[in-house]
Amino acid sequence: MSDTVSAEGRGKGRSGLVAILRSIFLRLGVLPFFLVIAIVTFSLLSDRFLAVGNFMNVFRQSVYLLLVSMGQMLALLTGGFDLSVGAVIALTSVTAALVMVALAGIMPDAVWLVIALGCLAGLFAASLVGVVNGIGVAYFGVSPFIMTLGVSSVVAGISLFLTGGVPVSGMPFEFGNIFGFGRLFGVPVPVLVALVVIVAMWILMARTRLGAHIYAVGGNEKAAKLSAIDTKATLMTAYGLCALIASLTGLLLTARVESGEANLGGTVALESIAACVIAGVSLRGGIGRVENVVLGAIFITLAQNGMNLAQVSSYMQMVLLGGVLILAVVFDQIRYRMLMGRA
Amino acid sequence: MTEASDPVLIRTRGLTKRYPGVVALDAVDFELRAGEVHVLFGENGAGKSTLISMVAGASEPSDGVIEVRGEPVQFRSVADAREKGISAVFQEFSLVPTMSVAENIFLGDEPGRGIFTDRGAMRRRARELFAELDFDIDPYASVARLSRAQQQMVEIAKAFHSDVSILILDEPTASLTNHEVDHLFRVIEKMKARGVGIIYISHRVQEFARIAERVTVLRDGAKIGTVDIADTSESQLVEMMTGRAIAEIYPVIKRSPAEPVLSVRNLSAPGIDDVSFVVRPGEVLGVAGLVGSGKSRCFRALMGLIPTEGGSVTLNGSDVTGRSTRQMMRGGVYYLTANRKAEGLQLAFSVRNNLSQGVMPAMPSRAGLLPWGRIAAKVEAIAEQVALPVPYRSRLAAQLSGGNQQKTLFGRGLGWDYDVYILDEPTVGVDMGARSEIYRLIRDLAEAGKAVIAISSDLPEAMNLAHRLLVFSKGRIAAELEGDDINEASVLAHFFDDEGKAA
Repeated sequence: MSDTVSAEGRGKGRSGLVAILRSIFLRLGVLPFFLVIAIVTFSLLSDRFLAVGNFMNVFRQSVYLLLVSMGQMLALLTGGFDLSVGAVIALTSVTAALVMVALAGIMPDAVWLVIALGCLAGLFAASLVGVVNGIGVAYFGVSPFIMTLGVSSVVAGISLFLTGGVPVSGMPFEFGNIFGFGRLFGVPVPVLVALVVIVAMWILMARTRLGAHIYAVGGNEKAAKLSAIDTKATLMTAYGLCALIASLTGLLLTARVESGEANLGGTVALESIAACVIAGVSLRGGIGRVENVVLGAIFITLAQNGMNLAQVSSYMQMVLLGGVLILAVVFDQIRYRMLMGRA
Repeated sequence: MTEASDPVLIRTRGLTKRYPGVVALDAVDFELRAGEVHVLFGENGAGKSTLISMVAGASEPSDGVIEVRGEPVQFRSVADAREKGISAVFQEFSLVPTMSVAENIFLGDEPGRGIFTDRGAMRRRARELFAELDFDIDPYASVARLSRAQQQMVEIAKAFHSDVSILILDEPTASLTNHEVDHLFRVIEKMKARGVGIIYISHRVQEFARIAERVTVLRDGAKIGTVDIADTSESQLVEMMTGRAIAEIYPVIKRSPAEPVLSVRNLSAPGIDDVSFVVRPGEVLGVAGLVGSGKSRCFRALMGLIPTEGGSVTLNGSDVTGRSTRQMMRGGVYYLTANRKAEGLQLAFSVRNNLSQGVMPAMPSRAGLLPWGRIAAKVEAIAEQVALPVPYRSRLAAQLSGGNQQKTLFGRGLGWDYDVYILDEPTVGVDMGARSEIYRLIRDLAEAGKAVIAISSDLPEAMNLAHRLLVFSKGRIAAELEGDDINEASVLAHFFDDEGKAA
């Protein structure tokens, strides 16, 4: 007995640190560790990385991924995921641009009406996609993987078909000026939009019935059903909102590039899932927080920025991003077991 | 005592539920009055859970009528039933492990205004509820971190909180200590005094006799009868439940123990603490204990299904500690899982294909090709041995009744010449006919000189099959009983032991 006691005494300093790291891991997941590693590595590789201006730049760049990740989180929390977010962005871009260009020809004086109708058309098209995803997953029991992968192909095809693969130009200049490059109180409009969505999402998840039900459906669908929750409607809503938020991102991106493009949002499905999982959203559903996902999206953008500054080729960046995603899932499995197991 | 004048809360007429290949409930008439505890009594698979799931709105009847306060109802969901004041605590926990206790209690019925929830009110009301029920649970705690008994209490609190007039409790005492059971019964008496009607499922006759007014006995999906608890006895109820006297159910198994084939010394694993025992050929080793006592985990650890943390396992003289499941099976140990749907059968395979999975490893291949003719012959022989009728053999496993599924799973263990058979809940969800077949198979194995381990939550089963009985409690072996020492009083006394065997 006395041997073990003294051994414990000697190991105490080290096990104290381990205990702290363990509790950080359980509470926040793998993200804090990744952030520290990324910041240390990139500061060593490039002296421009740590500049304040660069961090502002990263935050502005991260807005688009951040928004999509907010929606992706909803799908992940229900225990599924949405691979069609990229295609939704493309469809929104193409639809909004086509409608604006067409209407601008008919009523050249009502610029704001044209922009509003164009945006609504984009959002409407996206919400249809969300509803189709939701119906497939909730009512027909199609696995989210196949459902959203299939829908992604359908939607991307439609976007390309509508435009013939050629960017749609000729939208009102005001659209790009305001939503792409505009500022309000000195803050870029896309950042403002992102802030509004973050706050709305936080309220939704922490303070509303729907939020509680989304967590419950992902945590244990059977239990949710037996607790008188309409699980199918909850799933539908989650996929619908996910598509709507992706669509909002599509509008902002369209304004940024000032044309409707069917190739917007190419890798965003993978990136948004990576952002969420790194931020501790469990792939099994039921676990995940809005504020962490914000950090997760910023982390992905930060890593891309750092790699750019360190002159890592974009091909190599793909390799690293995929690796980081898989690593995050491995750690998520470990964390889930630690959370669910009785200590 | 219920009076005929007490208003009828629930009446079912000809209530029937059919699943593919099985009639789970066959034209049952049932009645619940205000202020009574009405027990549903029957074996696993007798239809009790099916009956309450329809009354609670969790499934829809294939046929028949449910009336609530004289008014026919059609429940499409649990929400519909809850609107009529019906609340249920299912045996299969309906808690979300990733959420907090308070969130779980109010799930689907959150306090708040409009679309917003009021977390403060949620926690306050959870506290009030626990105070009223005198439960000591932290509303902030995550459900995944509670013990099973605590989870059970949260379930009960969840059912109590709404304006409940009909309460359904499915084996609420299965994982409670005696003290906690007394506690629950005081709460139930309170509810009765308020005029709440309670449908109560339990196997423990002595226990429910304290609170119940009437008992309805079900067997193989049919109602056998309803009796006043005052006019009946335990043996009469058991006879109604099984359709035969207790002595006729269990076969007499000849015992001829040899030297131990499997010895476990100081085995530790998550939830298992320092367990030692031996298994001998030619005898049945019974294993009893509450849910969560570790009785199943111990053998899952031994089989390599969960990691071991210490101790040693010796099989046929060689050390097999920490071996993988495949290696244990090659070494001659067959494990029959307690969850045949999740980890036993290939549900989308036919019975024959399920059986051939058990036969294949034992058949030497020729030039890399499997001898399908010989496999098929062996499969038919096994199907004969486990009494699976010919027309069932080509059906998909998913379409069989629980009894035939279990026989198929059992048959897979006969595909190879194992030395040790670990049977985890061998008759769970199995009808009476298949049960006696399975007991006959257990007898044949033991008398053929195999070592048989029967792990069972059904105490009479564990006691009546066992030559020797291990009683698990809190991850340890609380007692090892033999011969005449195996009786209900001595086993139950060890169910809640805190200590292992006197060290």
